[in-house]
Amino acid sequence: MARFLLRRLSLMLLTVFAITVISFFIIVLPPGDFVDRLVLEANQYGEVFEQHEIDDLRRSYGLDRSAVEQYLIWMRNILFRGDFGYSFGWDVPVADLIGQRLGLTALLSIVTLLFIWTVAIPIGIYSAVKKYSLGDYVATFVGFIGLAIPNFLLALVLLYFSFRYMGQSVGGLFSPEYVNAPWSFARVLDLISHLWIPTIVLGTAGTAEVIRKIRANLLDELHRPYVLTARAKGLPETRMLLKYPVRHSLNPFVSDLNDLFVKIISGETIVAVVLGLQTTGPLLLQALKEEDLYLASSLIMFLSFLAVLGTLFSDLCLMALDPRIRRQANEGDLM
Amino acid sequence: MSARIENASYGVLIWRRFKRHKLGVLGAFITGAIYFVAMFSEFLAPHGQGTYKARDVYAPPQFVRFMVEDQAGDRRFQLHVLGYKSSVDYDSGKRTFVPDPRKIIPLGFWVQGDPYKFWGLVKMDRHLFGPVNSRDRVYFFGADRLGRDVYSRTIHATRVSMTIGLVGVSLSLILGITIGGLSGYFGGFADLGIQRVIEILQSIPSIPLWIGLAAAIPPTAPPLQTYFLITVILSIIGWTGLARVVRGRFMALKDEDFIKSARLDGNKPVRIIGRHMVPNFLSHIIAVVTLAIPGMIIAETSLSFLGIGLRQPVVSWGVLLQEAQNLKSISTAPWLFLPGLAVVIAVLALNFLGDGLRDAGDPYES
Repeated sequence: MARFLLRRLSLMLLTVFAITVISFFIIVLPPGDFVDRLVLEANQYGEVFEQHEIDDLRRSYGLDRSAVEQYLIWMRNILFRGDFGYSFGWDVPVADLIGQRLGLTALLSIVTLLFIWTVAIPIGIYSAVKKYSLGDYVATFVGFIGLAIPNFLLALVLLYFSFRYMGQSVGGLFSPEYVNAPWSFARVLDLISHLWIPTIVLGTAGTAEVIRKIRANLLDELHRPYVLTARAKGLPETRMLLKYPVRHSLNPFVSDLNDLFVKIISGETIVAVVLGLQTTGPLLLQALKEEDLYLASSLIMFLSFLAVLGTLFSDLCLMALDPRIRRQANEGDLM
Repeated sequence: MSARIENASYGVLIWRRFKRHKLGVLGAFITGAIYFVAMFSEFLAPHGQGTYKARDVYAPPQFVRFMVEDQAGDRRFQLHVLGYKSSVDYDSGKRTFVPDPRKIIPLGFWVQGDPYKFWGLVKMDRHLFGPVNSRDRVYFFGADRLGRDVYSRTIHATRVSMTIGLVGVSLSLILGITIGGLSGYFGGFADLGIQRVIEILQSIPSIPLWIGLAAAIPPTAPPLQTYFLITVILSIIGWTGLARVVRGRFMALKDEDFIKSARLDGNKPVRIIGRHMVPNFLSHIIAVVTLAIPGMIIAETSLSFLGIGLRQPVVSWGVLLQEAQNLKSISTAPWLFLPGLAVVIAVLALNFLGDGLRDAGDPYES
């Protein structure tokens, strides 16, 4: 177990390093930077910059150095000073800007994950056990719809219906009076009352996927001889189901959960933009459009970290669930 | 009675199995129909994609009607829609549309309309179905902010939306087969390294990465270049999944008896891969590829919707949905959602087709 964790963590270190490189160079390498944008904007107002002014500006933002140098400086500041750089667009340190939003993204993603689990697992089990029943068809239908509707479209449709029939806007994570309020019990309650819509929007695709997978896996298990043996020995049906085949059917799915959590975080970006959530999504989109280097890089980096942590967590869940995986992990096969 | 020994080829067996998968067959038909629309969009759409009429801003959808009554009171068959009596409410600045029973806009097949160049080659002005009088306009899906026909635009957008999935998947497939094949055939260090790279790429949330790359495309880039760049961006991440599948198949087949005997017979790796391995997992790859296309379509739609993918004058379903971006426009014109319906249908059809192909791909099993 310890050896597995050690190997796992060392691999994570490699991943984390790769993530910092990718998040930085994805912004730096394509042509155009923040100064180009400033110049372009100034041009629209009829102002013209001299070349030496542009050079000065670039120097003051530190954009005159080579990409590799910029990356090394950024890394050095993060590692030794916990400084993630400065947001050009907002004129404040990146750390001040993203702290709370990142927390809300993490919260929303975890709540969505739990939502998917609690909804999809029972439905998946039901629709496999009662194959071709009305409930199974309904679940399959919902599954297909969840598969086919893009997140943002679902968000828009919900936005429209709530506006049309409930006469209120459902956007945001807080009521207007709590947006900038300090944390308090009332604010937490307010957050909870707003959380359900983005959770459903974000969770639908994942729920659909998990239902499909559990149903298929469980159908494979249900006609195995060990199920027959358990029944023959007189085990009550529900207990038999939960103790043997369901556990088996969850197994391949839990190892796929990695993917699920990464997808949730990925989808969160767009859903947050559409619903106007106070999470990282809208901030990231704006930062990318403005070529706000350090803000954009830090956001992509942290979102990826979050995904990696979620993956580790799910692998540990998998080990808790299945002794066979534990053994594989100890023998070093699972990597 | 003597048992008849059947010599059915692999292809025949797959086809027989596929036919049994009803949803798969349905998916194949719909997918075929959608690609047909994509090929002949200029001809099938009643109007050109950019043509507009300022009077018809946010005109609601019209429904096809069949019978008209002339002054003598005789009813006869004539496909038509009702024109609008529109009035502007000067207090709210909103235009209201009421169908006007006296304004009959006759519809017909093979009618003259907006001129276009068929496949960029032949000048034509015929449309399959539309208003008989080329000055009339018809809005089956309503009109947008500029008075453009949403139905025609949805049809025009089919071409870009559906091909971007194909092109993106083809690029991913080339990368995936090459890299996954190397990884699976040679194993060892190459395999280890490639697997780590794939794991790292898959652990990064794709949408932020896509947005990051797409935001770097200059807004001034020519449409064709943007189109190509978007497909490249989509496949940069898309190949990882396919590479994994290919590698898995290579690994599984490598130790099969027939591959071993082929090797012992002195076949070269190229022949072993080309003649014995690829045909074995081709059907599986085709199914996986089919299932990968909808993901690409949704990704492109999402990027364009956010305003960092394709841009006007190129139309894709995502570009059209950009019109539905804020609450104000969707509350005045809910029909702006309709291009989204096209996305849903296309994605469902491709998924059904892919499921069917996957189930049919292994005809020797049970």
